[in-house]
Amino acid sequence: MTWFGKTPSPADLAAGDEKAEALLRRTWSTPAGVLAALSTVDHKIIGRRYIATAFVFLMLGGVLALAMRLQLAFPEARFISADRYNQIFTVHGSNMMFLFAVPVMEAMAVYLVPLMVGTRNIAFPRLNAFSYWIFLAGGLLLWTSLALDTAPDVGWFAYVPLAGPQYGPGKRADIWAQMITFTEVSALAVAVEIVVTVFKLRAPGMSLDRIPIFVWSMLVTAFLVIMAMPAIMLASSSLILDRLVGTQFFNPSEGGDALLWQHLFWFFGHPEVYIIFLPAVGMVSAMISTFTQRPTFGYLPLVLAMIATGVLAFGLWVHHMFVAGLPRVGSSFFTASSMAIAIPAGTQIFCWLATLWDGRPIFKTPMLFIIGFLITFVIGGLTGVMVASVPFDTQVHDTYFVVAHFHYVLIGGSVFPLIGAIYYWFPKMTGRMMSERLGRWAFGLIFTGFHLTFFPMHMLGLQGMPRRVYTYPPELPWAGLNLFVSLSAVILAAGFLVFFIDVLRSVRHGPPAGPNPWNASTLEWAMPSPPPPYNFRHIPVVESLEPLWTSGEALPVATGLRLDRRELVVSSVTAGEPEARESSPADSIWPFLAAIATSIMLIASIFSPWAVVWGAIPVAITLTGWFWPKQTPEDES
Amino acid sequence: MKERIALDLSKLPPHGMGSASLTFWGTSAFMLIEGTGFALAIAVYFYLMSLAPQWPIKAPPPDLLAGTILTLLLLLSVVPNMLVSRWAKQRDLRKVRAGLVVMAILGLLALIPRAFEFPALHISWDDNAYGSIVWTLLGLHTTHIVTDIVDTVVLACLMFSKHGDNARRYGDVEDNALYWNFVVLTWLPLYGCIYWVPRL
Ligand code: HEM
Ligand SMILES: [Cu+2]
Repeated sequence: MTWFGKTPSPADLAAGDEKAEALLRRTWSTPAGVLAALSTVDHKIIGRRYIATAFVFLMLGGVLALAMRLQLAFPEARFISADRYNQIFTVHGSNMMFLFAVPVMEAMAVYLVPLMVGTRNIAFPRLNAFSYWIFLAGGLLLWTSLALDTAPDVGWFAYVPLAGPQYGPGKRADIWAQMITFTEVSALAVAVEIVVTVFKLRAPGMSLDRIPIFVWSMLVTAFLVIMAMPAIMLASSSLILDRLVGTQFFNPSEGGDALLWQHLFWFFGHPEVYIIFLPAVGMVSAMISTFTQRPTFGYLPLVLAMIATGVLAFGLWVHHMFVAGLPRVGSSFFTASSMAIAIPAGTQIFCWLATLWDGRPIFKTPMLFIIGFLITFVIGGLTGVMVASVPFDTQVHDTYFVVAHFHYVLIGGSVFPLIGAIYYWFPKMTGRMMSERLGRWAFGLIFTGFHLTFFPMHMLGLQGMPRRVYTYPPELPWAGLNLFVSLSAVILAAGFLVFFIDVLRSVRHGPPAGPNPWNASTLEWAMPSPPPPYNFRHIPVVESLEPLWTSGEALPVATGLRLDRRELVVSSVTAGEPEARESSPADSIWPFLAAIATSIMLIASIFSPWAVVWGAIPVAITLTGWFWPKQTPEDES
Repeated sequence: MKERIALDLSKLPPHGMGSASLTFWGTSAFMLIEGTGFALAIAVYFYLMSLAPQWPIKAPPPDLLAGTILTLLLLLSVVPNMLVSRWAKQRDLRKVRAGLVVMAILGLLALIPRAFEFPALHISWDDNAYGSIVWTLLGLHTTHIVTDIVDTVVLACLMFSKHGDNARRYGDVEDNALYWNFVVLTWLPLYGCIYWVPRL
């Protein structure tokens, strides 16, 4: 029996399932070898790579955090010079936001969303490969600059005029701005892939009300990326132009304006917080449902709350600028909408508590991190409501109170759920379980270390300690708390270390996981762990929100896709009805080459505007290579 | 997990057209990104204008001729563009080939008045914030014209090659036409900003 060149009938499949599977595997797999690894377009390989890289950046950023805490442990310490300190906090912040938090969330989606919606690859897999390489290049640019002692020193928001041509000589701010370009290009590319994957590649029958909540959260996040990132692209490009070719966007003496920078930056920067937080909402919902073994309470309110959060996120940027002297009415409006965002947040928390209340929570490691998340995030939310009020913000602005607040929100709101999510999905990604015992240690150390590190920072802030200072005089009453905070940061770091050790150990030596170790309900658990290259032997047919819990003995599936070429099902946006089969691109080295060409162009343009002109030529060539079809299957038809 | 066969997909067409095609959605998403970028750039224009004591800053309003010729040319190009799109839907290879050549030429022609628009601004990008923003608006839009020309030329080559005559390529032609309409449409508010707002 041959499968080539014809569509097998259901009967064929039943007869020769093993043969069919071997053929599917051959069609979809990535061969061994370096060239193949650079050419792969498998979303699982790229997703794992992306996640691992982002965690390496987390670790590096953590090392910088420890360095800062070492310097601040004692008054008038001399470990780090003022100039070095400026570079370190800038790289720490930029790295955490642009190279860790946003990419890691998108990377989780790259791995999980295609599995959860029941398809065999992400939409635009070559773009996906490209986005990873561009992200990596942006990260290397930033970290190389730190190694060479020319790292940006203007804070992660690079306020002008400090970052402008007059006060920021050298290439430091340009490196910051170009790093932004890299990470934005990759973030936007992934956002487009996610949107199209969720819109068009859902399994037959997955109507809007059967989309898993995590997938919804990534869809809303992707739209936030699409609407918010152009603002920072515009801002960083204008900054580069001001510095490189003498435009006057931010120069007040020639009609420019420094506040323009802040508007553009925070029009992106506030939604950014939700770009990091919403995926965490999705992760928490998925895990709570699994560990209570019941559907999440309030599917519709949760989805609506996420959409509302996404919309409100754009009304809020001005609350970062209360002290910048805006008109009074404007300020009250933005105070009100800053408070309004508490409503969807409250809805989410209520739905989770109701699920927990009604089910019988099983306290495995991921659940511990969720408890940690709930506690920490509520505290961060409360101080958030505090700084949303203009008089209070005026007091604590640019003190350690704010540093404490945003670490509560960022780490509490997204790193805790993320670590939980790694424990939860690790078996699917690697085929092995992580250690429950080390997991509890990691949680205990991270949770305690976190609160001991960051809670006292609120007090330091109220006592007036400004942020972004490299040292302080011994006369001020800050020394004791600072030493305490620095020692606690070591506990926190130890917790992360335990987590990393657990990951590295379990990849090789963890106990085998089996397809669905937690008895979860969504489609990513329907295949062996780790998934085969083709994800699903047969595309599932979805009949409910919890397909694995409601399908009984056997999962309903669809047949009829070809085995000898990469075919996906395209379905309608709302009902998820199958519309067409579509072939998915083969592996290709061109996205890698295009990323190299693009990186060279972007980095060279830090030094000369002509790099954009000449650099565009190799970019165009590689892109043409990327899009030019080889003997594609459609040519036969 | 055990499986039970519930659906047979083999009768589905091997490539979706229109809203069943992935590239249609990808192109739309990119237009949303770029549209947001243009909207923000226009917002910056008005923001700077609201700060300036007089507008344009230390310059006369731009000369209308080149920009207006370009606008007319772009509007005119929509007609053949729509035709190419229709021919692609009908999978008429000969007409699609001809149409793409025409569109590539029209794109290149548009660059001629565009080249005269920059001097017509009577200001350099580094003179002041007004100069910076109008050069940026023109530059952004020029980038879009150039990328679309490159796109059209590559696509035309493809259509003349043996890869041309298949459903997916016709879909690409439709998406390329969609994108050109976007380039024309975004120009209209930019034209208003650059040439007419200073005359209000
Ligand atoms: C792992 C433990 C962490 C510690 C001990 C830590 C410590 C610090 C400290 C001490 C500062 C203030 C520097 C100064 O103002 O002088 C800081 C700034 C910052 N941190 Fe962290 N951090 C940690 C993790 C994170 C994470 C996970 C994120 C984001 C997801 C993050 C984002 C930021 C940002 C955005 C800044 C502002 C940088 C700037 O002002 O330019 N941090 N961090
Ligand atoms: Cu905010």
